Amino acid sequence: MSFLQDYVYYIGAFGLVLIGLFIILSRRNLIKVIIGLSILDTGINLFLISVGYISKGTAPIFSKPGLVAEDMVDPVPQALVLTSIVIGVAVLALALALAMRLHKLHGTLDLRKIGELKW
Amino acid sequence: MRSIAIIILLAIVAVGIGVALMAIPFGVAKTQVGDHYTESGIGDTGASNIVTSVVVGYRAFDTLGEITILFVAAMGLGAVLAGGRKLGQRRDVEPASLILRTGCRFLFPLLLLFGAYIFIHGHLTPGGGFQGGAVIASAFLLVYLSCPGRRVSKVWSQTTESLGALTFVVLGLVGLTVGGHYYLSSFMPHGVVNELFSAGIIPVIYVAIGLKVGSDLTGIIDGMMEETI
Repeated sequence: MSFLQDYVYYIGAFGLVLIGLFIILSRRNLIKVIIGLSILDTGINLFLISVGYISKGTAPIFSKPGLVAEDMVDPVPQALVLTSIVIGVAVLALALALAMRLHKLHGTLDLRKIGELKW
Repeated sequence: MRSIAIIILLAIVAVGIGVALMAIPFGVAKTQVGDHYTESGIGDTGASNIVTSVVVGYRAFDTLGEITILFVAAMGLGAVLAGGRKLGQRRDVEPASLILRTGCRFLFPLLLLFGAYIFIHGHLTPGGGFQGGAVIASAFLLVYLSCPGRRVSKVWSQTTESLGALTFVVLGLVGLTVGGHYYLSSFMPHGVVNELFSAGIIPVIYVAIGLKVGSDLTGIIDGMMEETI
């Protein structure tokens, strides 16, 4: 029980990473592969946030008096995840644009029929 | 055969990650730089939101690279999609339902206001330029959904975007010459913590980022919607 309590966030985050990886490897529809990429991205962001968590910590915002710096969680992973989310959006948009072009070129999103992308 | 290979690969990845995770304890402070930021963040930057003071204070140069990535992605999307378009050929699209059109008319100004609120208060409350920009882009997405065929003016969106980027870069250079010895050093007075006009150049930069991210994401939406109509 203690193990689960200690590591539940890590397990959840890397569960998402593994699910995303599984989708990327096993699906043959390009849109589903991109969805898998997005899930993987979410898992990694969750992991980074949970690394920065400090037990019983508050958000790193001095919004009211009485908050002290010792009680706050680590702000650095949160700032980095902000970067990571923006880059995730950029990657997602570019991947979707390429998928749209491929669909226009081949008339299908099935990776088996597109052929050049088969592994 | 393929699925067995996938499962074996995933198992290897899972075991590797699990072994590595055992060494990372949960819920304890791991970095000293985080402690330093929470302790001296207010004194250094004047922003009560420490995440903001990291994003646009300590690591503002990094954020400049970040919005460049977003810009390049929007540009790349336009370049990738522009190739296959046939001019003048436009399918007739079904007009949106009455509920969506009426709802859009009510929600559009409110969403713009909410997005502006989020990025103007980025140094006081959770949120900031990126989040506010995303909310503003969602307002334009609503317009695209409810009125098919309607477009955001290219001139205005490009002007907003260029203004945002230019404000960021010019403020950084002014900080380099006037304020101190590094790019984007804060040269404005910090003011009283937790008031709207405080934290030096951080709110100005966050407004610029909000406008730029909003117009970038609107450009991405525009490029994709243009392809479907």
